[in-house]
Amino acid sequence: MMSSKFTRLSTTASSSLRGCLGSKTNIPSITTFSRGFASKSKKEDQNAGGKIKIEFKPFEVYRCDAPENFAYTDKAELLDFFTLMSRMRRMEVVSDQLYKQKLIRGFCHLYNGQEAVAAGMEAASLKTDPVITAYRDHGWMVARGASPAETLAELMMKATGCSRGKGGSMHMFHIPSFYGGHGIVGAQTPLGAGIAFALKYRGQKEVCWTYYGDGAANQGQLFEAYNMAKLWSLPCVFVCENNHYAMGTSTGRASADLNYFERAHFIPGIKVDGMNVLAVKKAGEFVADYVRSGKGPFVMEMDTYRYVGHSMSDPGTTYRTRDEVSAIRAERDPIEKVRHLLLQNNLATEEELKQIENAARKEMDDAMEFATKSPFPDDKEVFTHIYSKDVPTRSVETPTVVS
Amino acid sequence: MKKINNVNVIFNYNTIFMKKSILPPIQTQLSSTFSRSFHSSPTPHSPFKPSSISLSQNTTHNTNNATTKKDDEIPSGPTQKMNLFTAINNAMDIALKSDPKSVVCGEDVGFGGVFRCSVDLRSKHGAHRVFNTPLCEQGIIGFAIGMAAMGCTPIAEIQFADYIFPAFDQIVNEAAKYRYRAGGQFNVGGLTIRTPYGAVGHGGLYHSQSPEAYFCHTPGLKVVVPTSPIQAKGLLLASIRDPNPVLFFEPKWLYRSAVEEVPIEDYMIPLGKARIVREGEDITVVGWGAQMNVLAQACQRAEEKLGIKCELIDLRTLAPWDVETVENSVKKTGRLLISHEAPKTGGFAAEIASTIQERCFLHLESPIQRVCGYDTPFPLIFEKFYVPDHLKNYEAIKYSVEF
Repeated sequence: MMSSKFTRLSTTASSSLRGCLGSKTNIPSITTFSRGFASKSKKEDQNAGGKIKIEFKPFEVYRCDAPENFAYTDKAELLDFFTLMSRMRRMEVVSDQLYKQKLIRGFCHLYNGQEAVAAGMEAASLKTDPVITAYRDHGWMVARGASPAETLAELMMKATGCSRGKGGSMHMFHIPSFYGGHGIVGAQTPLGAGIAFALKYRGQKEVCWTYYGDGAANQGQLFEAYNMAKLWSLPCVFVCENNHYAMGTSTGRASADLNYFERAHFIPGIKVDGMNVLAVKKAGEFVADYVRSGKGPFVMEMDTYRYVGHSMSDPGTTYRTRDEVSAIRAERDPIEKVRHLLLQNNLATEEELKQIENAARKEMDDAMEFATKSPFPDDKEVFTHIYSKDVPTRSVETPTVVS
Repeated sequence: MKKINNVNVIFNYNTIFMKKSILPPIQTQLSSTFSRSFHSSPTPHSPFKPSSISLSQNTTHNTNNATTKKDDEIPSGPTQKMNLFTAINNAMDIALKSDPKSVVCGEDVGFGGVFRCSVDLRSKHGAHRVFNTPLCEQGIIGFAIGMAAMGCTPIAEIQFADYIFPAFDQIVNEAAKYRYRAGGQFNVGGLTIRTPYGAVGHGGLYHSQSPEAYFCHTPGLKVVVPTSPIQAKGLLLASIRDPNPVLFFEPKWLYRSAVEEVPIEDYMIPLGKARIVREGEDITVVGWGAQMNVLAQACQRAEEKLGIKCELIDLRTLAPWDVETVENSVKKTGRLLISHEAPKTGGFAAEIASTIQERCFLHLESPIQRVCGYDTPFPLIFEKFYVPDHLKNYEAIKYSVEF
């Protein structure tokens, strides 16, 4: 019998929702999944010792020693990963459907295939570590502990969304430690360096995880951020989610140096198989230790892949073959990898995994219902949050009709 | 109602030259070539009330010559049905054919571009002339400036005008000032920067901006905004061949929806000259780009409902703008309305209003009206509320005439 992973959401997310909306809004009780990674949850149906050893591709490193290319894991941790990644995948599938129905508007960038990066890094980092990323952020919201309901509500531009409906798909934020959600490629990287500076300035133990893509890796401002981070020894980890295509341009046609983990030549780097959640976690823990001990910044490169196009406006087939996409999906899918590990090692049955997937489906269905029933923001919200206090906007001078 | 002397002069001009326009009157063109009305009726989930005007696609046009202006700038040879991106593609094809020193560069232009403006150019002219750049706007423009300084004709694309800001320094501090600071020894006149701008219905903060005002404020640059396929082809060829750096803002809303019979030959439309689209004697209405269709609807409504005859002017070039045409028109009508999507404060309408009041103060019968976007970031869910639609413009026309 599988230990229940369902807990009633009591503290963080619902109170933050209430904080956003005021006491009058009726928020349904949202059933979510506990974020109990291996070290905390109880174990059942164990092998002797309870742990299995999983080996993965050796890490490529630059200016540092490589961590060992294996990890010990157990049923509880693998089930947690499976659950989180299934929920992230389900979020993206639902977003895809809603976009095609024009219930989500704007530009929508899906994370299908890249789930292992967010899931593994979540396991490796502290919940209070700030995370900042670009626009492929729905999965990050789920990983950071936001509820699918508020994420979906934001996608559908409803007032109950995390950004009150004013940000949409590309501008998801979640107090206290998910700093978004950014549209301009690469612009979030100096922001990440600044967040790291503030952490160091305030003597906090947190590390700032700054994510960007292979396209952004050629932005000048990223190199400015690298320089400042190293110069002032900031606790900033620059993580390149290399999914090999910047919109429609492959890495080989955009970058003179494809070793993104070496690009900040004065900062140590590590390259990770981004489709293997255990490898991601191992590397993440290694880097977190390094940076948290005050040794300065680090660069990580996640070798990952997106099955979908750059955004919902891009079919994703004009610059790569369908065979390539299906091959990677068949051989390296992060969720299938974990499923395989669980089944091969008799840690779980097909039935248990099916239950988890069904629960994820149900969670998203509930979220969809919540989001559909939520109201759009009031028109006058177009004028709020421009300045910190209401500054009168002159442009609302529609001429009065002279009778 | 004022007696118009100039109109008679214009009629005589046409009679003298016995030129038969091969084009249907502009009004019918604008209304019938759009596959849907500019602000389509809302989806069931839209919070906004539908406009009380239903805009029929084939407005029976008043064939009174006083309301149309024949276009002598357009050649009368064989034409082909083209939409805006095809016309732009055609213009670039002609430019690449006629100027061996010209290249097209930008993000994803190789496979045709995200709006298909550069489709087939690579196969026709070679990968050494039509090539992708990495994702680095500052680099792209700086690089293009360098090429132009060597006498080449780079046609650099910025994928969305919202992304032009990393390149702002290069454009303003390098391109605009090159000739001046070198005392005429060097210049970057061969540079043309093309970028899609403006609202698209659901673009949100970073796919909808109209940044033309920032560049009009910089001496040394030319800023051109076409409104239709025929205009775009001629204006783009003129911009590419103009011996000054030119920013060419393409209204992305119209890429597919504006369709016209465009002459297939090589032709140019002069920069710095406005076009009187519709003649009238009661109020001068000035706009550019996609906003022209909105203004045409507003003028039509004003004529039908209130008998107000608007003189509609398409500015086409914003820097340097055709002061004389607007001034002559305002001296005739005594009233002025300017409309653009960009925020009102510091928008280009402010410049036009200020210049016209300097030159036409004693001719003005009512305050100059500016119907613009609000002073907010370009919103996502509030877009229909934010944009200066035909109803807001109609109200302003009415207010001005009844003042």
